[in-house]
Amino acid sequence: MTYHATVGIYRYVFGSLAELLAKASPMRSGDALAGVAAASAEERMAARCALADLPLTAFLDEALIAYEADEVTRLIVDTHDATAFATLRSLTVGGFRDWLLSDAASSAVLAAVATGITPEMAAAVSKLMRNQDLILAAKKMHVVTAFRSTIGLPGRLAIRLQPNHPTDDARGILAATLDGLMYGAGDACIGINPASDEMPKLRRLWDMLDALIARYEIPTQSCVLAHVTRQIEAIELGAPVDLVFQSVGGTEGLNKSFGINLALLREAQEAALSLKRGTVGNNVMYFETGQGAALSANAHHGLDQQTCEARAYAVCRAFQPLLVNTVVGFIGPEYLFDAKQIIRAGLEDHFCGKLLGLPMGVDVCYTNHAEADQDDMDTLLTLLGAAGVNYVMGVPGADDVMLGYQSTSFHDGLALREMLGLKHAPEFESWLQRLQLIDAQGRLQDARSLQALPLHEAINQLGDGLKR
Amino acid sequence: MSELPKPVASDALAPADPPADPWAELRSLTPARIALGRSGASLPTREVLAFGIAHAQARDAVHAALDVDALATALQPLGLPIIRTRSAAETRSAYLARPDWGRRLSPSSRDALEALARSDGPEVLLVIADGLSAVAPQRHASALISALLPQLDGLRIGPLVIATQARVALADEIAECFGAQLVVCLIGERPGLSSPDSLGAYITYAPKIGTTDEARICISNIRPEGCAIGDAATLIAASLRAAFKARRSGVALREPSKALAGDASTAAALSDQKP
Repeated sequence: MTYHATVGIYRYVFGSLAELLAKASPMRSGDALAGVAAASAEERMAARCALADLPLTAFLDEALIAYEADEVTRLIVDTHDATAFATLRSLTVGGFRDWLLSDAASSAVLAAVATGITPEMAAAVSKLMRNQDLILAAKKMHVVTAFRSTIGLPGRLAIRLQPNHPTDDARGILAATLDGLMYGAGDACIGINPASDEMPKLRRLWDMLDALIARYEIPTQSCVLAHVTRQIEAIELGAPVDLVFQSVGGTEGLNKSFGINLALLREAQEAALSLKRGTVGNNVMYFETGQGAALSANAHHGLDQQTCEARAYAVCRAFQPLLVNTVVGFIGPEYLFDAKQIIRAGLEDHFCGKLLGLPMGVDVCYTNHAEADQDDMDTLLTLLGAAGVNYVMGVPGADDVMLGYQSTSFHDGLALREMLGLKHAPEFESWLQRLQLIDAQGRLQDARSLQALPLHEAINQLGDGLKR
Repeated sequence: MSELPKPVASDALAPADPPADPWAELRSLTPARIALGRSGASLPTREVLAFGIAHAQARDAVHAALDVDALATALQPLGLPIIRTRSAAETRSAYLARPDWGRRLSPSSRDALEALARSDGPEVLLVIADGLSAVAPQRHASALISALLPQLDGLRIGPLVIATQARVALADEIAECFGAQLVVCLIGERPGLSSPDSLGAYITYAPKIGTTDEARICISNIRPEGCAIGDAATLIAASLRAAFKARRSGVALREPSKALAGDASTAAALSDQKP
């Protein structure tokens, strides 16, 4: 089947649905690298015009990657909720945009239709939306999840405390963790990216976080972001695992390159659920995604990177995750060249994930070879705050000394709260108030005026170790 | 008449410099930027500037052009012929956006190398590449090679090839032109905030166009504050001899990797930190 649109005197023809989506996508280096981007600005607009007229049902009629060839396609098709889709069935992609921005699409209605929307529909409509549209529509979507804290409630923002250390030194990680807690970060989770893959070293990290959370009754959850097979193994060995993490992608081939498939993720979820460690909820999975990963694994099937990314969200939502985040600027300039592309991609991913019913966070980040800096991250962070992002990262001083990239800092979390009046996750807010780290309005107290807090005991113990 | 402004209370006067946090002593436990202190919700001025300097150095390293003349002069005393090549990426911007161009020789470099080709290729070819930080080879390549060469005694070493706008895999094509049995690519790594001059060494046995990264041995973070030059030379020589013995290079022979197979962010870092 072909698609076409006429702009001026020229008639543009698109040979497939995949080509139409790719050429309608805002310009980004990864699509140019893949050879799927529009050849001109006019061709891009022609693709958008053709896409706007396309009925949403077209995505149910034609699979972008064959059903037989890809288990992510099978997941999307087999779990599509025709009843939830009934509200949208008569819409075109352009009409879907209008509807999403209208008052008819209330928070409750959007939540009800989420299971009727496929990733391809979400990707398609996002390509017709300006940044402003992506923010306004996402702002209406509230996806609430819980384990020991409740994340995603309107007017609240959570932070993943990311205390990485280049050699997984337990005391170094603990120092960064205490630093973050003193800054009121950590309500999304305390999540370590380990440098090592050796079980004894990993086990030490799980045990340390478990002891810290138990000792100070911190309403949060830990995560050690090793490969999922390592985490299943750790559960079998009796390690105190709260959340199970895995990077996932939107094609079977990409997931294979990560060493995973849907059955393995199911096994991991069941293993984590069996521990019954949640107190206010049972969302035990944590997923990370990012545009460009499929192309880098040569598993993109000619799709544009944003459509591949949206398909990853189908994988995520099959496992009721507590947290999902797109690591948007990590991949480098060959996929997202500059801040303009990173900012756009961050807003697209947040919108598409939320539309599909996911608790979206964003790792607002960049590498030193991308055309981006702290000012650009401030812009994206502020826009995501306005869009109601569930959580962002908290890295000491925005400088991840293990992964070698720049993310958002504990200070950035404070700034966003102050700018937009965003509160912590409710359980974590109560805990911070009980420890007098924040006041009744949620403002961080002056650390120098605080005396003999429980966390000071931990800090002092760590400090005493230095003196001995 | 409007009321005169009241004098500012003394405790509202601006402090000279926001202090670091009371747990500043914990800083010795981690290179992470902890206990920074704050000005309201934000970083103190000193920290904004410190971060800005680190980022500026990293950015300058990414965009600096390799001073090929200066590098060639520094390599001259080693007594090996020096050959200059460039990739198909004509500008830095093209280099950053198109890694595929940085992996192939420019047509003129290709022609020049083919003209040099001989039937008895070297056993070891050394390629010095700018990668994502020209600062790294500029500072460390000549010292590293002069520490390495004595340890390669008995091996037939090819000319020293300097390559610009180069990715790791460009060395495969260069080695193919020379018919080299093994290539060592010394290349500037993606600069971190506190490591603008980190050099990587990628060792590939039987290199040819299309070789993938699983088939390489990698020694990274070569710089005085990381893997010291002398240690790196010893590691490279040992890895290289292991590769000759096993008649292959690659993951199985590699030092324990920091990358975790299933972590997208780390997997991306692998394909990415590597120039």
